[in-house]
Amino acid sequence: MSDFAVELRDVVKSFQTPEGGWINAVDHVDMKINNGEFFSLLGSSGCGKTTSLRMMAGFEWPTEGEVFIAGQPQGKKPPFQRPVNTVFQSYALFQHMTVHQNVAFGLEMEKVPSKQITERVGKALEMVKLSGMDKRYPKQLSGGQQQRIALARALVKLPSVLLLDEPLGALDLKLRKEMQLELKSLQREVGITFVFVTHDQEEALTMSDRIAVMSHGKVLQVGPPIEIYERPNCKFVADFIGDTNFFEGVVTGIDDKKVTAHIPLLNSTLVGMNTGGVRLNDKVVISVRPEKIRLTETCVLTYNCFEVNVKSSAYIGSDTRLEVESERQRIKIWEQNHISTLDPRAYHQGEVKAFATILPENALVLPAE
Amino acid sequence: MFDKLRQNKSFQGTLLVAPTLVFMIGLLIIPLILTAVISFGERDSSGGVIYSFGLHNYYKLIGYSTNCDSGASSCFDMLYVQILWRSLTLAFQTTMIVISLAYPLSYFIARATPSKRNTYLFMVLVPLWTNFVIRVYAWMMILRTQGVINGILGAIANLLHIPFAPLEMLYTPGAVLVGMVYEFLPFMILPIFTSLEKIDNSLYEAAADLGANSIKTFFKVTLPLSMPGVVAGTILVFIPVMGTFIVSDLLGGQKVILVGNLIQRQFLDARDPTFGSAASLVLMVMTLIVTYFYTKKFGFGEEIIVA
Repeated sequence: MSDFAVELRDVVKSFQTPEGGWINAVDHVDMKINNGEFFSLLGSSGCGKTTSLRMMAGFEWPTEGEVFIAGQPQGKKPPFQRPVNTVFQSYALFQHMTVHQNVAFGLEMEKVPSKQITERVGKALEMVKLSGMDKRYPKQLSGGQQQRIALARALVKLPSVLLLDEPLGALDLKLRKEMQLELKSLQREVGITFVFVTHDQEEALTMSDRIAVMSHGKVLQVGPPIEIYERPNCKFVADFIGDTNFFEGVVTGIDDKKVTAHIPLLNSTLVGMNTGGVRLNDKVVISVRPEKIRLTETCVLTYNCFEVNVKSSAYIGSDTRLEVESERQRIKIWEQNHISTLDPRAYHQGEVKAFATILPENALVLPAE
Repeated sequence: MFDKLRQNKSFQGTLLVAPTLVFMIGLLIIPLILTAVISFGERDSSGGVIYSFGLHNYYKLIGYSTNCDSGASSCFDMLYVQILWRSLTLAFQTTMIVISLAYPLSYFIARATPSKRNTYLFMVLVPLWTNFVIRVYAWMMILRTQGVINGILGAIANLLHIPFAPLEMLYTPGAVLVGMVYEFLPFMILPIFTSLEKIDNSLYEAAADLGANSIKTFFKVTLPLSMPGVVAGTILVFIPVMGTFIVSDLLGGQKVILVGNLIQRQFLDARDPTFGSAASLVLMVMTLIVTYFYTKKFGFGEEIIVA
C-alpha cells in the first residue's frame, strides 16, 4: 500500500475562456492525501477545488503534472478504470431506476454475481439507513434520502477513495448538520479515504481531519482544522476562515517570539506573535479573532491596550457582538455571555468608553499581500 | 356583479376553456358524430345521403358480399382490407425508419455546443418553411424517369459506355416510403432532441464513474431516459402517416392506394360520403388501438417523472 491515497504532483489544469484566452483553473498544485483521511478542499467558487476533484475522478485530465491514486499514476485513465467513486453535487441518480437498481448499477458493471449484488446492496442501504426503500424511485424520496442513495451507490463499489463534490449543498441547514455528523461517522466506520469539496468553512472544520484552503487555483494552506483557524499562514486564509480583525502596519521591532508593529489607524503600536516570514520595516497585517479580544474597564496589560468607544452592541443570546473604535481603527469584539444577568452593563449596552486588551499570543503577524 | 364573478374561480376556469371548448365541439365533436351517423346511411343516386341504419358500408370495407360472381351465398373481396393493411404497415415502416434516422442525429445535436446546436436545429426546421405539397413535388422531380437520380445515373453510364435503362422509382411503394420518411423526420427529431438535451451531463459522468463504458451507458441510461421523446415522436409521426393521402397520391399514383386516398376518393370522385365516413371511422379506431397498445407498453414517458 502506498503512503498516500491521493497525490497531486505539480498539477495544472488550463481551460480556454470564451474570449479565447487560457486560464489555469488549477495552478501548480501539490497535494498529499493520507490513507483513511477525511480531507476537505475548501474555497469559494472558482478556486479550483472542484476541478481538482474531477481530475482525481478522471472526468478531467491534468494539462501538466500527474495525479497518483494509491501510488499509481493515473494519466488519462477514464473514470471507470480508477479505484475511486464520486458522489455528485446533483446526486446524479438514475431516475428511471429504483433505489436498488441505482445502487446495484456499479456492481452489475463489474459483473458481480447477482447473489452478491443483492447482499452488498442490502448492506450499503442499511449503512445509509435506507433499508426497505429499495423498490422506490429516487423522485419519491426526500433530498436527504436521495443524498444517501448517491452515497450508497458510490460506497457499494468499495472504492479506495470516495470523492464528494459538495454533497450537502442542496440540503437545508438542519439536515445538513445531521448529515455532516453522519458522514463523518460513516467515514470512520468504513475507513475509506474521503476527499470532500465544500465552500462552507464550518462544514470543513466540523468534518475534516485536514483541510486544504484553495484560492485562484492554488493551495494556500493545508492542515488540521485547529491549525487552519488558529494559525492561518496568510491574510487570505485568516479572512476566509471565520471572522477576524486586521490591523495594518509596519514592523518596528522584531525578536524570536514577538513582532512589534506601528499601526497608523490605532496611532499606536501593537505587539503580536512572530509566525515567521516578516522582517523589520515590512508591511504587515495583524490578525486578531473577535472572540480573542477582551473588553475591560481598566487596562490589564501595559501594552496592547487601547481605549475604545463602543459603537454598537448586539446581544445574540450566547454572545454579545460589539463594534468598537479606537482612534480610526474599527474593531469587532465577541464576548461570550457566561454570566446570566439582566444588567445591561454586562453586555456593554449604553457603555461609551472601555479598554480593549489584545494578548500578543492572540495576535498573528502576517505579511501584507 | 362583476366583482362576484371575478372572485369565482370555477367561472374563471370556464371562461378560459370556453373558446377552445366551442371550437372543439363545433369542429370536432359534432362532425365526428355526423360522420358516425352518415357511415350507417345510404348513398342516393346523386351522391347525397339517405339517413338510415345499416352496416353495409362496414361489410363493404371488410369485403363481405352476398352477391358473388361464383354463385356462392357469401364471399370476401380483400381489396379494402389490403388497403388498410398497407396503410398500417407503411406507417409502421415509416416510423421505424424515422426513429433510426432521427435518434443518432438528435443525439449528435444534443451533444453539440450550444451555439452549434441552434444552427443544427435551424437546419432541421428549414424544410418545414416550404409548403408540404411542394416538398412532395420536389421528390417527384428527383424520382421520376427523367428525374435527377436517373439523370445522374444515366450520365455516369454514358461515361462508362454501359447501356442504361432509367429506373422506375416513382409510383412505387418505395417512393411513398421515402416521401413519408422525408416529410415526417423533423417531427421525430425535435422530441427526441428535447428529451436527450434534458439528460444532465452528471448522469453520464456517474455512469462512467460506476464502471459503464459508452455502449453500456447508452443502453442503460441514455436510451431509457430519452424514451419519452421517442414515444412522443412516434405518436407525432405514426398517426399522420396513417391518414395522409398527399404523399401516396403524388408519389404512389394509382399503384399505392392508402386508406387516406380511399377516403378522399369516396368524398370527391366516387361521391359516396357514407362509405367514406365508414372508412374514416375504421381508420380512427385502428389508429386509437395501435396508439393505445403502444403507450400501454411504453407509456407517455411520464412514469419517469412521477414514477
